[in-house]
Amino acid sequence: MDLLNAFITLANFVIIPAIAYGSQLALGALGVTLIYGILRFSNFAHGDTMAFGTMVTILITWLFQAWGISLGVLPTALLALPFGIAGCAAFVLLTDRAVYRFYRTQKAKPVILVIVSMGVMFIMNGVVRFIIGPDDHNFSDGERFIISARTFRELTGLQEGLAIRTSTGITVITAVVVVALLFWFLNKTRTGKSMRAYSDNEDLALLSGINPERVVLVTWVIVAALATVAGTLYGLDKSFKAFTYFQLLLPIFASAIVGGLGSPVGAIAGGFVIAFSEVTITYAWKKVIVYVLPDGMGPDGLVQLLSTDYKFAVSFIILLVVLLFRPTGLFKGKSV
Amino acid sequence: MNAMVKNTGLFALVALLIVITGIMQSWNTALLILNMGLISAIMALGVNLQWGFAGLFNVGIMGFVALGGLATVLIAMPPTEGAWAAGGYGIVLGLLMGAATIVAAVMAWARLPKGRVRSLAVLAILIVGFFLYRAVFDPAVNAVEAINPASTGNIGGLGLPILMAWPVGGLLAAGVAWVIGKTALGLRSDYLAIATLGIAEIIIAVMKNEDWLARGVKNVIGLPRPVPLEVDLQRDPEFVERAASFGMDAVTASTIYVKLEYAALFAVVLIILLWMAQKALNSPWGRMMRAIRDNEVAAEAMGKDVTRRHLQVFILGSAICGIAGAMMTTLDGQLTPGTYQPLRFTFLVWVMVIVGGSGNNFGSVLGGFLIWFLWVQVEPIGLWLIGTLTSGMADGALKAHLMDSAAHMRLFTMGLILLLVLRFSPRGLIPEK
Repeated sequence: MDLLNAFITLANFVIIPAIAYGSQLALGALGVTLIYGILRFSNFAHGDTMAFGTMVTILITWLFQAWGISLGVLPTALLALPFGIAGCAAFVLLTDRAVYRFYRTQKAKPVILVIVSMGVMFIMNGVVRFIIGPDDHNFSDGERFIISARTFRELTGLQEGLAIRTSTGITVITAVVVVALLFWFLNKTRTGKSMRAYSDNEDLALLSGINPERVVLVTWVIVAALATVAGTLYGLDKSFKAFTYFQLLLPIFASAIVGGLGSPVGAIAGGFVIAFSEVTITYAWKKVIVYVLPDGMGPDGLVQLLSTDYKFAVSFIILLVVLLFRPTGLFKGKSV
Repeated sequence: MNAMVKNTGLFALVALLIVITGIMQSWNTALLILNMGLISAIMALGVNLQWGFAGLFNVGIMGFVALGGLATVLIAMPPTEGAWAAGGYGIVLGLLMGAATIVAAVMAWARLPKGRVRSLAVLAILIVGFFLYRAVFDPAVNAVEAINPASTGNIGGLGLPILMAWPVGGLLAAGVAWVIGKTALGLRSDYLAIATLGIAEIIIAVMKNEDWLARGVKNVIGLPRPVPLEVDLQRDPEFVERAASFGMDAVTASTIYVKLEYAALFAVVLIILLWMAQKALNSPWGRMMRAIRDNEVAAEAMGKDVTRRHLQVFILGSAICGIAGAMMTTLDGQLTPGTYQPLRFTFLVWVMVIVGGSGNNFGSVLGGFLIWFLWVQVEPIGLWLIGTLTSGMADGALKAHLMDSAAHMRLFTMGLILLLVLRFSPRGLIPEK
């Protein structure tokens, strides 16, 4: 029995990856939930918005790398991130002007807006594939590990190593900063307050002189920023591929709904609920159990509840359970 | 110009486009477009039943189509020697135990009084049931997959005629649609969308990973065919003679003949389904559906069971998609789970329905043909366009990149078509009456 090693293994393979993945999902779900709260539709193009923002970031990263600019131990992509956000915001605002605004002034039904967002999704997907291609791109550079498994073992003398990758550290720090900024903005600034007012009661907000177009504009810019940050962090952590980003739509929607659509706190909680369930259910627990149980009592199999290929099923089942028992989500979102 | 003339004109236009393809490219290409167009039209009919009749937003079409494909393997492939004895019954038993666990949990939830006891009991049933299920299921799966993994490794099919797989595909899709409908219908409209999006991904994941079922990503090839093989026709002197009398060589004639036979089969299915859909649309049932779609509250006040009717139409529409999926796999002659892409199988069908005209069966059929034609032809057109545009450019990385990327024009074009139709003609080419 060796609880310390068991805990290190658990941290290395479950807790740390799940925190990183959860942060990425939370940022993505925040974007979905903001759109839902203010523009009042489920944005199916969100995965591709993330892909677009990440693509711009990658292109700028390559440019910087060609110029020899780097951040030393940190990935160059961090430097390119503001440009990615700007590019993504410009594109998203363009789609709002060209597409969504028409239906907004018409007061179209939400489901029509969902279909429209499907069209935008096609176009964004096409643009991303046109510019950067459908292949995998790894754009992470700089130091790979904050602490590698071997250094950890040498430092502590433990049997198990604990590796913290740079991308994980950056993901968590960036996510915390971004979320803090967002909540400060929503709760303290005048524009943020008007956004919340608009989300709570559109008619009252209009009556008190809030300019709806301004609220929508600010929302899109924030959503573009969140999507680009989420996409870039995911890309740094894993790799960039247009199709993977499209597939992220499901866990992101699951996070937003589990937390309660329209509730920013819910989106963050939902992101971590989904990430931890996915990782714990698809992890092979054998190693941890062997450490915890007395010698010679370890299990024969891998003790993996579901194979990793079914990670979508995990977010889906959680989604179904929440829909069945608490349709407004954990944090009482809207239900229109 | 009345509506009848306009609609006939639109269908004639699509027919003309296909004929032009036949003359300009080849008749094989044209017939391939026609065959897939027929299948797409059936898928569009199914989605139109859900969206056009009832206003249900289903984005899991890919999953139902894939289930139809699975049905062809389970029905038509010859049974694998010894697979049932080795583990087939174990797998069935395991699945039944899994299902029984869920039923028991649901019953416990419904019967026991509310409180901590109930939560713990349900949780215990689920956990114990899961481990029992894995204990029975896993060894059986390993036994089946161990049988000659290079060529089979699955439980195989029933060895029945492949045409029987078409209705079975519909039934499979209907069964899954029932489960989804039971949980997600009656909630908000977007929730059904997200639930169906999820179930489609899961169905594909199951088909990719459960090798015992249909070999997963190792694919099942050489499905039996409802039509003769081309090589057999080429060996048949009578056929060669008749081809010669048309002035064609035997190879071309045989490929065209086979495709025409497929087209005839598909057309029969399409006509039957179209007839049924038309009957349903103009029946009291169809009127009730539209009444529910247009005003749920009023329909409910008139004593209509909205959720039940929604469930009904959701199952019917999904079953039609399942039939179309089985037909498509029959045409391909192989089941390749890796090729199911949501953009191609779910969202493209949506473009077909919206462009054709939601709520109108003929509209969806037209949309099916037209959008499938564009989907196939946008790629060569895009290549040609980029080629012309860049013809003045010096050869280099940029030109090469542009030429490589031309293939991705089709997604962009489909999105553009969808948005333009939604904006300027939201009722589609053939609007609902």
